[in-house]
Amino acid sequence: MTAMVEEAVRTLSYREAINEALRLEMRRDPTVILMGEDVTGASHSEDESHLDAWGGVLGVTKGLVHEFGRQRVRDTPITESGFVGAGVGAAATGLRPVVELMFIGFMGVCLDQIVNQAAKMRYMFGGKARIPLVIRTMIGAGFRAAAQHSDSIYSTFVHFPGLKVVAPATPADAKGLLAAAIRDDDPVIFCEHKLLYDVKGPVPEGEYVIPLGQAEIKREGGDVTIVAISRMVLHALAAAERLAQQGISAEVVDLRSLSPLDETTVLESIRKTGRLVVVDEDNPRCSVATDIATLAATQALEFLNAPVKLVTPPHTPVPFSPTLEDAYIPSPERIVAAARATLG
Amino acid sequence: MEISRDKLLWAYERMRLIREFEDRLHTDFAAGKIPGFVHLYAGEEAVAVGLCAHLRDNDFITSTHRGHGHCIAKGVDLREMMAEIYGKATGACKGKGGSMHIADVNKGMLGANGIVGGGPPLACGAGLTAKLKGTDQVTVCFFGDGASNQGTTFEGLNLAGIWKLPVVFVCENNGYAETTSPQYSVAGQDIAARARGFGMPSIAIDGLDFFAVYEAAGEAIARARRGEGPTFIEAQTYRYYGHFEGDSVRYRNREEEEHYRSRDCLYRFRQTATAQGLLTEAELDAIDARARAAINEASQFAADSPMPDPAELLTDVYVDYPMAALWPFQEPAVPVYR
Ligand SMILES: Cc1ncc(C[n+]2csc(CCOP(=O)(O)OP(=O)(O)O)c2C)c(N)n1
Ligand SMILES: [Mg+2]
Repeated sequence: MTAMVEEAVRTLSYREAINEALRLEMRRDPTVILMGEDVTGASHSEDESHLDAWGGVLGVTKGLVHEFGRQRVRDTPITESGFVGAGVGAAATGLRPVVELMFIGFMGVCLDQIVNQAAKMRYMFGGKARIPLVIRTMIGAGFRAAAQHSDSIYSTFVHFPGLKVVAPATPADAKGLLAAAIRDDDPVIFCEHKLLYDVKGPVPEGEYVIPLGQAEIKREGGDVTIVAISRMVLHALAAAERLAQQGISAEVVDLRSLSPLDETTVLESIRKTGRLVVVDEDNPRCSVATDIATLAATQALEFLNAPVKLVTPPHTPVPFSPTLEDAYIPSPERIVAAARATLG
Repeated sequence: MEISRDKLLWAYERMRLIREFEDRLHTDFAAGKIPGFVHLYAGEEAVAVGLCAHLRDNDFITSTHRGHGHCIAKGVDLREMMAEIYGKATGACKGKGGSMHIADVNKGMLGANGIVGGGPPLACGAGLTAKLKGTDQVTVCFFGDGASNQGTTFEGLNLAGIWKLPVVFVCENNGYAETTSPQYSVAGQDIAARARGFGMPSIAIDGLDFFAVYEAAGEAIARARRGEGPTFIEAQTYRYYGHFEGDSVRYRNREEEEHYRSRDCLYRFRQTATAQGLLTEAELDAIDARARAAINEASQFAADSPMPDPAELLTDVYVDYPMAALWPFQEPAVPVYR
């Protein structure tokens, strides 16, 4: 009994959950390969003590090379356009590559291969191609990593037809969504928040998938809907807790998938609460947050009892200095204030 | 190549300042005093200083994530650098950039760079400005062995080649890009040879030997100043610390580290300069003491400086833009300067 309970509540970090998903999918399907800079490390060296020197810059792919070898866990030169593009070509011809674009801000180096090649091939070729590619990439401010390593610019990818985009907030979601992304036959951008890697949560054992395109209600409530993405789900939950102490019942909707977008879950929640706050760490213009506001305005206006509130960073790059960066990131306090404002 | 006593004293001082600066950051990072990603240049001092010894204040450099040494060699203020790395309001970039984006355009330092391979195209642009304005300004483009594989680097080499731009490309081959050696990542193994394919002179030199760097740099920069186009220098060097602070360095052996430390660029500079009777031990010791004092002073300045005012979050995004549009759809969370 005790043993079973322990198994059921096994906790893993977000990092471990992603690693486990990669391991299980690589076991399951020999065409799944990993590519990226230092995803194992020291590929020049024959010295055993150097093997797997890094396992990814923040250790997410650690250990995989021991089981799958350097053919399937491939270090690349620093040449994103080259290896992301090679991932697209390999996906089109029979492999299922999981390519690591270290930080999402590096998309600029290889954007053509993603948005002109991966995203459009199937359509341009009249449906004759499949691109089962996953691009894993880190998002998020709060690491004091400054402007080029702290972006959360997933909305850029959402903009492109042909790409799917997911951004899990919990270890369990990370594992299930990554498995789904790898099995998916379309290119999927998988966004990992670097400040979530050490966050732990219950993760089921064994294989499972969480279908792309399904949001999840992470906390039920009746007074106000808070829609959030990735780490902002944790801030929304913290805000909901404080609101509860003030007698306000907030419902927290974790989008999980940004493309496709689960409009139904969002709309049902708005219809129930009549109030909407959207929390997004991405830049505020042309964003997923503005998409959700548009959804509410076009599909649920008659249910809204108050104007929609957005809680986002400013229209600025991410600053380095801790005091500035802390003011930049949407805080639980700002979410509480926005939720209260919808209640008049 | 001739080198004046003053230049020698300057060069040794710059190299020592870089070493002291980086050693201080290494200690401060370990003590948890510095946030973020910090990449140290200790070990590679002879490259930045050997190149910048030939540059004027109005010449340009582009740099990398490992940019502190380039800044110090180009004359960026030490106190402002230290304050920047601590995220202080008095920093060279008001605390907005940090270690990875440290810059001072007024000193011709066009920025450290968080994007590997970000520099070469920028260097071509600076070269184009000088060419079209008819000045004899030179741009030195520093980048790593890892960056030598990036498409932007090849594109930059090609542009500089066809337009005969006054740019000197300096590949700092320190043996590793993160954990990966060019033995694995560079097809053909010979970085300097690649540049010859773009029709420019290219040499590989001992980057731990200040005098070798100084000589190669002198020729390349003079050539660029004369309007004869770009040159490529592969400076073979070594970084003493990890890729970034916090790296456990499990991809190279202690014997290799000792080998390079035994060929330390500062130590060799001292040996050569004193053996040839160019400088005395006492002069060099005095510089060591001065450098240490300067770093202490910079460190104190950083510690005493205030953090930025939160309102600074919304400044410097544009030259001209409606302030109210900088936090759209909501109440700004910081005061807005009008
Ligand atoms: C476009 C891009 N890809 C990857 C990285 C991550 N990264 C930062 S430094 C580095 C290694 C750079 O190696 P090298 O050019 O040899 O410079 P060194 O660190 O040795 O000075 C990598 C891969 C980055 N910052 N930018
Ligand atoms: Mg290197």
